[in-house]
This record gives sequence, C-alpha cells and structure tokens, in this order.
Amino acid sequence: MKKLPVAFYAGFLVVALLLAGVVSYAASSSPDGLDAVTVSGCELDEAGEPVGGTCIAQNAGEHATAGSPLADYTVGGSEGTTGIAGVIGVLVTLLVAGGLFWVLRRRSSKDETPSRVK
Amino acid sequence: MHMSDGIVNAPTSVIFGLVAVLGLAVCVARARGDLDDRTAPMAGLVAAFVFAVQMLNFPILPGVSGHLLGGALCAILVGPYVGAICVSIVLLLQALLFADGGLSALGTNITNMALIGTFVGYGVAVALRRVATRSRGGLVVVAFVAAWVNTVVASLGFVLEYAIGGQGLALGTVFGLMTGFHALIGIGEGIITALTVGAVAAVRPDLVYLTRGTAPSLTIKDQGVRS
Repeated sequence: MKKLPVAFYAGFLVVALLLAGVVSYAASSSPDGLDAVTVSGCELDEAGEPVGGTCIAQNAGEHATAGSPLADYTVGGSEGTTGIAGVIGVLVTLLVAGGLFWVLRRRSSKDETPSRVK
Repeated sequence: MHMSDGIVNAPTSVIFGLVAVLGLAVCVARARGDLDDRTAPMAGLVAAFVFAVQMLNFPILPGVSGHLLGGALCAILVGPYVGAICVSIVLLLQALLFADGGLSALGTNITNMALIGTFVGYGVAVALRRVATRSRGGLVVVAFVAAWVNTVVASLGFVLEYAIGGQGLALGTVFGLMTGFHALIGIGEGIITALTVGAVAAVRPDLVYLTRGTAPSLTIKDQGVRS
C-alpha cells in the first residue's frame, strides 16, 4: 500500500481551520443572494427582520435550533466568537464526514486507485 | 443559499425531503466505489473545507453577499457521489448546530446545493474533461466554469421550489433576482473553486478525482481497470 499523504491532509486541515477561525471575521454580514430575494419587498428593522410590506421571508418561522449553543456561528451568542464556532464546525464536520467515509471505504487497498463497483 | 423553515409550504418541503433522501441513498450506494484508504480522509477534509469556506460571505452588490456552495469543488476533487454527501453533511450540521438553514428546509437545501449543485457541476466538468486533462491551467478553467454553472443552476432549484410552494413575490421577480444575484455569486464560487482545485492539483494531482483517469465516465458503460 502506498504511503498516505499525511502532510497534505494536515496542510489542508490547517487551511480550513484558518479560514473558519480567522478569515471568517472578515466575511460580509449582508444577506446572501437567496436571503436578499426573500426580504425583497419588505422594510427591515436593524436586525434585518421584516417589519412591513410583503415579502417571502414573512412566511419564515423561528429556527428550530435557534437555541443551539453554536447558533448563528457564535459560542453562546457572544460577540467575537465566530472564529471559535468556525473551528468547532470544521472539526465536527471532519469527524462526521471523515468517519462516515472511512466506514464506507473499500477495505482492499492493493489497487491504489478506486475502480467502479458494479 | 440556505432556505429557512416556512419559505416554501409543508407539502413542498416533504416532496423535496423525499428527493433528497432518494438522491442521497443513491450517492451512499455509489460512493463506496470512490472511497479507499487515501480518498476517504481526503473526502472528510473536503467536507470540512466546504464548511469553512461557506462561512466566508463575500459582497457582490451593495447589501447583498454570496458564499461558496461547493458542489463543483467537491465533485472535481472527490467525485459526484462522495461530493454530494460532503455538501449534505455540511448542510445537516449547519442546520442542527448553527441554526443556518431550516430543519424542514433540509430537503430543499440538500436538493439545491448538494444534489443539483454537485451533479450539474460534475456534468460540466466531465463535458470539459479533455480541457481539464490537458494542463493544470485547463483544469483551473474547467473548475471555474463548472462552479459558475453549479451556482446558477442551484439557484434555479430554489425558483422551482418557490414556484411549487412559495408565496410573497411574483415568480418572474424571484427568477430574475435569483439568477441575477447567482450569476454574480457564481463568479466568486468559480474563483474559489479554481484556486482550490488548482492548489490541490499542484501538490497532489493524484487526489483530483476528475483528472485521475479512473473517474466513472458518463458515457462508457463498462470499463476495465485502468492505471
């Protein structure tokens, strides 16, 4: 079996952690394309919630997990914790996705490139 | 591009919940053939990377931003089946832990970003594979184009769902705004995807699914083991 590219994996993870943990502070806080469409036609308050007019977002309910400790990419709702929430998210995603893919993978590794399973 | 609960009505949420479940079932069944000791950790990292980059909203117009969806990026790096699962896991964790994207909207969000985005992006990339295999520059261009198309077509998924079970704004307006915004967001998606795929190809070209030479072809039904 060929050696695993561990250094590459580590570098990739570091990049993801830096993006979520540091660069995330520079992200735009404006609504994304879809959210901008759903509030189109409404007057918004300072929190961006529709207060008048007619728009799609008026049909939206409170989020079922709005009380989550990581809701809105913060830790416990505290300001300035986006980076910590991001790092937690990256690690949890890696564990869940990596774990699932590790379980699903083909065990035989003589053939180093994946072939199709019929 | 995460929809909240209630943006479309309950029957529409149920329909696309079923679409998502069926689509993901196919993906899980097919993903196994693309996963081995080397690609399984890579796929986990790609999912984590997509989570990270989805946090990075970039401005496209005054008061409007966009973020990576990641379909083409995942499909090019780890294949469409594994890639769609990567994006789905990101969407699931965002909804469960970060209150981003409604729980009842998981079906529509997975359909748009994970299934449509990934498979459309992959389809474009495969159609242009001859360009992608020619040089790293070619691969980067293909990554950009595939990512732009994946963003715009994913936004059409929302328009379809809105047409079936949404209300509040004229359908034509929704169509115009969604495609207009996402034509711009797609440029950002294209740049991020091109940079990422280009960087991986520079360091570990063997970890780029699209150009590895063993990717399942959409046209060849039966193929022997190539190496």
